[in-house]
Parts: sequence; C-alpha cells; structure tokens
Amino acid sequence: MDKITDISDIRREFPALEQSVNGKPLVYLDNGATSHKPKSVIDLINEMNSRTNGNIHRAVHELSARTTALYEGAREDVMRFINARHREEIIFTSGTTASVNLVANSFSASHLKKGDSVLISQSEHHSNIVPWQMACERYGATLKVLPIDDEGNWRMDLLDSMLTSEVKIVAVAHISNVLGIVNPVEELVSRCHNRGIPVFIDGAQGIVHSSVDVTALDCDFYAFSGHKMYAATGIGVLYGKKDILEEMQPWMGGGDMVSSVTFEKTTYAALPLKFEAGTPNFIGAASLGQAIKFIENIDHTLLLENEKRIVEFMRDRLIKIDGLKLYGNVDNKIPLFSLSIKGAHPSDVAMIMDKMGVALRSGQMCSEPLMKRFNTESMLRASFAMYNTLDEAQYFIDCLKRAIKMLV
Amino acid sequence: MTIKEIEQQIIDEFSIFTDWMDKYEYLIELGKSVPVIEESGKQDSNLIKGCQSRVWLNATFNDGILYFTADSDAIITKGIISLLIRVYSGKTPAEILEADISFIEKIGLQENLSPTRANGLLSMIRQIKYYAAAYS
Repeated sequence: MDKITDISDIRREFPALEQSVNGKPLVYLDNGATSHKPKSVIDLINEMNSRTNGNIHRAVHELSARTTALYEGAREDVMRFINARHREEIIFTSGTTASVNLVANSFSASHLKKGDSVLISQSEHHSNIVPWQMACERYGATLKVLPIDDEGNWRMDLLDSMLTSEVKIVAVAHISNVLGIVNPVEELVSRCHNRGIPVFIDGAQGIVHSSVDVTALDCDFYAFSGHKMYAATGIGVLYGKKDILEEMQPWMGGGDMVSSVTFEKTTYAALPLKFEAGTPNFIGAASLGQAIKFIENIDHTLLLENEKRIVEFMRDRLIKIDGLKLYGNVDNKIPLFSLSIKGAHPSDVAMIMDKMGVALRSGQMCSEPLMKRFNTESMLRASFAMYNTLDEAQYFIDCLKRAIKMLV
Repeated sequence: MTIKEIEQQIIDEFSIFTDWMDKYEYLIELGKSVPVIEESGKQDSNLIKGCQSRVWLNATFNDGILYFTADSDAIITKGIISLLIRVYSGKTPAEILEADISFIEKIGLQENLSPTRANGLLSMIRQIKYYAAAYS
C-alpha cells in the first residue's frame, strides 16, 4: 500500500468526519478524550464481531487459532511501535487507567512499605493520582508532588531534592492532557535512575503525539490506551521492563494467567499472560494492531508538519483574543489548547460551539488539582488529531469569537 | 397562574425563535437578568455540584408557599434556571410535587437535562422536589 502523504487522504479514511452535527459539518476537536477510527480498524472490528470470533489461547479450533494469531500479532505490532526489546514486556490491559492500577497494585505490593513515598507531578490526570493515593494509603506511604511553575513546566530545579531514598517510584505523564506540554521525561528518567528509582510514564497523550521509543527513553513502565490512537475503546497497554515485571506478582487472578492450579497452591503463567487475567479484549487488541499499521503507513513528516502548523496558527490567533487566557507553556506543546475567557464560562462556550458543529471539552478535564493550581473551576479545551486541518482551526477561531460576542 | 399555565407561557415565548442562535441569545439574556446570589450566600450547603458548572439553590417557606432563588457560574445554565424558578417558585409543596414539567423538552432544551451533561440542572429539579417533600 502506498504511503499516505496528504491530510485530505487521511480524512477520507475516517467515516465519522463526514457527518453533520446540529446541521453543521462536524469539526471534531475533542481528540484528547477519544479519537475516531479509520475504516481499516472499523472493518476489522466488524469482521471479528461477525465472523472471526473464538476465545484466544484456549481451543484447537480454527476460529480460536485465528483470533489468537490476531491478538499475539497485535502484541508484536505494539512491541515494534514503541521499540520494546521483548514481546513479554507488552501487557494488554483495558486502558491507561487499568495499566496505572496494575502497577500501583502489583509493584507497590512488593516495593512500598510504611514511611516510603511515591512521587507524582502537579499536572497529573486523576488516573495517575488516585491509584497511587490508594496504594499509599494501603501501605502507609506518602504521596509527594513535584510542583509546576506558572507556565505548567515541571520544577526540575526541585526534582533532585525530592528524590530522597524514601521514594520508591516516580509516576508522571509524558504529555499533559490539560496543558499539552511535552514534559522532559528523558531528563527525569535519567535523574531518577541515577538514584536507582524506577519511573512509570502515563503515555495516554504521549503515544499519540510523539514517537515513543521505550528502549531509548529507558523508562521502567509506559502506559497508554488504544481509543485515543484510532483503535477501539477498552484496550490499552502496559509496557514494563522484563526483569521488573518478572518479579512483580499479579494483582488479578483467573483465566489464562495460571500455569497450574490446585486448591493448595497456584503457580502463575509466564509473562505476559501472568498479568492478563480473564478473557482479554482480543478484538480491541487486534484493532490496536490495525491502528498501528494505519499510523505506520502515513508519512511521518506530514504528521509532524501538520501538527506544527496547527500549533503555530492556534497560538498566534488565540493570544490576540481579548480576555483569553491560554494555559501552559506555548513553546513546547502538542496541538492541544486549554483556555478560559474572562466573563464567559467554558461550559457556555462549549454549548454554543456545539451548535456550530464544533466538538470541544469543557470542565475540569479529570485534573482537579491542576485546576486549583491555576485558580480556576474549569477550562475549555480544543485538542487536534492527525486528521484535523488548518481550515478547521480557522473555523474554531471564528466560532470562538462569535461565542464570546454572544456571552460577554 | 398554575404551573401548567406558566409552562405554556414559556413555550409560547420560545415558539417565535426559528433558529438556535436566537434561542440561546434569549437564554443568555435571561441568565444575565436574574438577580445573583451574593457570594456570601454561596455555601457548600446549597451548592449543587456538576462537573461542568455549579448551581446554588436557596429555598424559603412562607405561609405554605415555597420560594426559590438560584444562581450558577454558567450563564446559559442560569438562563434555564430562571425558567425553572419561574415555574416552581411561589407554589405550594403539593403543587410542586404533582407537577410533571415538560416545557424544557418542548422548547428544545432537553439535552441540558441529560445526566451526562452534569451541569447540575437535573439535580436542581430533584432538590426542588426534595424541598417540596420536606415541607409538605
């Protein structure tokens, strides 16, 4: 198949983009929440739901063999996509949140004790706060928070002093879901490793907007979801370094995760199945493999240039709007813009722009502590994906101005 | 006027709007004209929390009649609130409990009452009914 070299060719692959909403052509800018799916992914999901359906790993019949091949093939796709060294390092979960919970439970069980700490950052999504909070409560550990500055950047000057011997793991986002900032994860990983502290990275946004190479990054864990990167909902990945995963005990039991079961003692399966209790979402996993193949078939320079153009365009227009406050360092971000407008509530703006066909996010964006950091109750967010165009960015700006005029 | 009559009056008012812009502009206007609750009167005890916007609701009971005042930090929500207040405030608890309001749907704003909107409006109606039950 020829490589896709034009945004309009990308758009043609996404049937959802062809629809009208409230009588207007859809301009979908809520990709930070979830993305649409290309035809190849939809076709595979339909095919598996209607024909190629058999539980994986368990039976000798042909359908089971086919789904198992699709499931394990997807694991290879993920491995290649993030440049992991071993297929055993790729664990399928139901999503980023489940991946965080897996590590917060299994890793903490053998590493956290009373008096220890977990370090996160001030700009984390609730999904990378709450599981750690729960683990800390369970083991009598403390949750420490690396502050951010007024532009949303990590206070790297404070990092070393916070990496005390009590810190047993550092868990941070690659790219902020609110600020769109690409965090300096390489530097953080290297500074943590100097002290022998492992690093968990929440890559829910990172996997979509950067080329992730877990081997080069050398992080210990990297988690992401399928549904934000053009695959089905309910599938996600936990990458973990083999030696760490080996020593961790599973936190969910049952299904394919066992080697032998007696009423006295169960021994666990080898990686990666040890952490995949119950029938996994094999259709979701296969859809993720298909989504990866779709992404790999697009000219990478095209995507980078389109993102860069949109970031520059949006930044230049947004800062000119009276009373508009843009959150986060504007010089180091993906096309994701959270803002507030003096005298206009984000939910009002989102409601009016919905009538104009523009899909946005408003509210706390699952980041209440970050809202507090910026002294606001809620924000309005526009987040772009590979299929969004400069014309759509222009339409967004025009509609935003009209909405402000109505409200202020 | 009965609750039904007020509802009909609102439906008639909204029937002149042919497109959504006019309708929302009217809601914004209503939202701006509602008397605000003083900051000191906005307590956690009368706050109805939604993920999208916040709503404060106060109730007073006098001579068998319930009176409501409300406020929101979002202006469209506040506009819709003002319609709800117009319908429910100054009625007896029995009238409020009996009323099965349908005007929100009839003026095409039902999406604002969906639980997924999380703007506090649905909870506000529940809270109004709760007050009515408490005083009946």
